[in-house]
Amino acid sequence: ENSKRAIIQKMDTILALKGDGFVMMAADCSSARSILVFSQTQDKIKVLDDSKLLGQSGPQCDTANFSEYIQKNMTLYELNNNMKLSTHATAHYMRRELATALRKGPYQTNILLGGYDEKAGESLYFIDVYSALVKVNFGVHGHASNFLLSVFDREWKEGLSVDQALDVVRKCVAELRTRFLIAQPNFIIKVVDANGVRLVEL
Amino acid sequence: LGSAVVAVRGADSVVIGVERKTIAKLQDPRTIRKIVKLDATTTLAFAGLTADARVLIEKVRLECQSYRLTCEDAPSLEHIARFIATTQQRYTQRGGVRPFGVSSILAGFGSDGNPQIYQIDPSGTYFAWKANAIGGKNSKGMREFLEKEWTEDLSEPGSLKLVVKTLLEVVDSGSKNMEVAVVRKGSAMELLGEDALNAVTEQVLAEAEAEKNAASGGAEEMKD
Repeated sequence: ENSKRAIIQKMDTILALKGDGFVMMAADCSSARSILVFSQTQDKIKVLDDSKLLGQSGPQCDTANFSEYIQKNMTLYELNNNMKLSTHATAHYMRRELATALRKGPYQTNILLGGYDEKAGESLYFIDVYSALVKVNFGVHGHASNFLLSVFDREWKEGLSVDQALDVVRKCVAELRTRFLIAQPNFIIKVVDANGVRLVEL
Repeated sequence: LGSAVVAVRGADSVVIGVERKTIAKLQDPRTIRKIVKLDATTTLAFAGLTADARVLIEKVRLECQSYRLTCEDAPSLEHIARFIATTQQRYTQRGGVRPFGVSSILAGFGSDGNPQIYQIDPSGTYFAWKANAIGGKNSKGMREFLEKEWTEDLSEPGSLKLVVKTLLEVVDSGSKNMEVAVVRKGSAMELLGEDALNAVTEQVLAEAEAEKNAASGGAEEMKD
């Protein structure tokens, strides 16, 4: 087995939180390997469909492969069954795929899946590289989690508005910029709610 | 074999009409779908065994998504037609299986932006058509009718009228006996609502009536 792939990369920062009728997700935009930065404009939050956001961290080979595979299968399900997969179903489908691959050829991708469903409302799911699935109010992946989970613990509460959530995200970014060794100059923030997905300025 | 399907290629759209056989009173009409979405921009209408069509459609949908996954691009209409044809042909040259009892009409747009229709038979042959009719009790008659009436560059309303007119040759008049869909560039098919369909049917019948009166010079004629 390739020893390089056995090293779990934790450089990407993906964070998300639930608010009142929405899920806000933010990710850094650096794409790098070892000491070289390929790009500072990488979008790590995939829009799976008009009601789901998929934030992924890890090497792009695995994240792209996994997310594209999931997305195409979701479209196929939609066409065959005339209904969209719910966020809950999607999260569990992802977990199943990751779990099956785990002891064959694992996908090295940490996932945050945020979605808005008509019946269930807003929901956020945290899936890690080992395919552990948890439904959460907020989540972070990567080294950043060491810094940001405490920020969320302090700042998050039930029923945040979009502005309040954005404020929390700003506090997270400020914390990283102060204390995290890896410089991550750009962040992309997306929000999903009943009206769909939109981009938000930091 | 099956119920009738008519498809007409216009200047910037494809219109498909299917005969809706009278269903039992207790049956839910929504569960009978003869015009289906294969892919974001491809539509299929079939005539023949519904069960066979269901299996075939699932295969094609999988192929479309597979193509999108590998090539990061939408499959061309011709690719899909060829896939359906190849699949159906395979079942004519193997032991222990029988062919799919399905004739399909595929509608969509080419990379040049022009509308396209393909027809695929159970034998596994496929052809592109300008306008075609399959299934029902008189597909040959409908095709001959289309040969007379089809013109190049039909507008969408023009294609709609032609489809309804052709269907009325074999279907008892009444818009509840047919289902019509319009396929426009870049969007999925749109099923015509009852009101819109009624309006077109009335227009077609009115024009036919007017023609008849003009031709017969006012003599009464029985219309069945």
